[in-house]
Amino acid sequence: MMELLEMEPLRLLIFLGGLIAFAALNAAYLVWLERKVAAHIQCRIGPKEVGPFGLLQPLVDGIKLMSKQLLVPNGVDPYLFKVAPLLVLVPAVMSFVVIPFGENLAARNIDLGLLMIFAFASVNVLGLLLGGWGSGNKYAVISAARAVSQNVAYEIPMLITVISLVMVTHTMNLNEIVKQQEGMFWNWYIFRLTASPLMPVAFLIFFICSLAETNRAPFDLGEAESELIAGYHTEYSGMGFGVFFMGEYANMVIGASLATVLFLGGWQSPFGIGSGWWWFLLKVYALIFCVMWVRWTYPRTTLWGLLNLSWKVLIPISLFNLLLTGATIKVVSYLFGA
Amino acid sequence: MSSLFTAEGLAGLLFLFIVAVTLIGGIIATNSVRLPRAVSGLAMCLIGVAGLYYFLNSPFLAAMEMLIYVGAVCVTIVFAIMLADPGAEKRSGRQTALSGVLSFGVAGILVWGLVLLATSTMWPAVPVKVNDGSVTAIGHALLTTYSMVFELISVVLLLAIIGALVLARIGRDKA
Repeated sequence: MMELLEMEPLRLLIFLGGLIAFAALNAAYLVWLERKVAAHIQCRIGPKEVGPFGLLQPLVDGIKLMSKQLLVPNGVDPYLFKVAPLLVLVPAVMSFVVIPFGENLAARNIDLGLLMIFAFASVNVLGLLLGGWGSGNKYAVISAARAVSQNVAYEIPMLITVISLVMVTHTMNLNEIVKQQEGMFWNWYIFRLTASPLMPVAFLIFFICSLAETNRAPFDLGEAESELIAGYHTEYSGMGFGVFFMGEYANMVIGASLATVLFLGGWQSPFGIGSGWWWFLLKVYALIFCVMWVRWTYPRTTLWGLLNLSWKVLIPISLFNLLLTGATIKVVSYLFGA
Repeated sequence: MSSLFTAEGLAGLLFLFIVAVTLIGGIIATNSVRLPRAVSGLAMCLIGVAGLYYFLNSPFLAAMEMLIYVGAVCVTIVFAIMLADPGAEKRSGRQTALSGVLSFGVAGILVWGLVLLATSTMWPAVPVKVNDGSVTAIGHALLTTYSMVFELISVVLLLAIIGALVLARIGRDKA
């Protein structure tokens, strides 16, 4: 068995299968979690009929979605309509390839992991855009236009924040970044004030941007139900819709994983002992819980409020953080020697 | 790596696949009537080009190709088309019987010239890689050897921004 695992192509295949299964199950159970969280925040109980605590509900929902007919309405662009959901899901699954779940638990440990995730994440927008346009429906087109202006606006502060972090880490290898945060929790980059005094703010900017990039509330203008029905996936039925959903939840996990890896020490334990993948998953799902908490607490913003927040608040602060990080690195290396 | 296929065989197969993706993308980009489809073809072609860069051992360039060309340029083009006219179709000018023949002729001459150039050039074999393709190496190269080119590119971007501003102002005065 171990000899088989040594073979690179086979190892990649196993990891790919595992990642796809993870993405699918993860989406199903995050929907369950979302419904439970929403219910408890609104003083309800949530799904409880199928299985204990409604735990079998997502599987039943999945079977229902798969057994439904895939309708392709008249007037849509047949090719783009079918390609769009895949364009949302595939980059998300590809991004999982470089995420280090544990010290030796990453499909590929490449030097440009961080850059690769952003390269694939940028394809995601194209999927939303083509899905919206291909539907040939004015609500979907409006939604796609909104989603894109939002994604383009929030990609900038996110990338600037990441660049200022890379200036500190000197590497884009995600596993290396995690290893640099070894030891007690004040070694995590979010608390590393000697690297840049604004690190907690950088984390906040990153978190807000990842909310906006994954089109989560309060930034879910792309699928504002009260105005646009369901936005870019209005015309999708059955698994077309299901794949869009899987992509959205996979992107959420990637956003939370990146925040964990970059700022919260990845798979490192906060107390220096007992590090492993369990800490990674714990941190990721704690962040995802926060994302859901935000969604059911704050109302949806307006489009101009959203764009103003990015261009007038987040981008100036992240640029200032970039300058401050550079200055801090210079001052620290001058005072204490390189 | 010993498997069913040899490493070279797999690499060759991968190369052919990437080239096919690039070519098919290019054909879709030039031959489709609906503009968003053409842009998706362009995106496919550029993903193929990124694959070629990766195949040539420069993952940094491949990631940048994806990030900038697929993620930014193609998205901007589709966005602009949707804002202007969601049902946009290419309006080609008048076509005569001669135009098809002529364009085939010109394309043939171009292909012949490129093939002649490729076969007659003495391709120097690079004995070792120029650098390891890492971010550090590329950063050093950009800010030392190629700093002039690097600065000139920023001038090009500045010109593009000024051009966009001028065009926007002209449009505003007319309206």
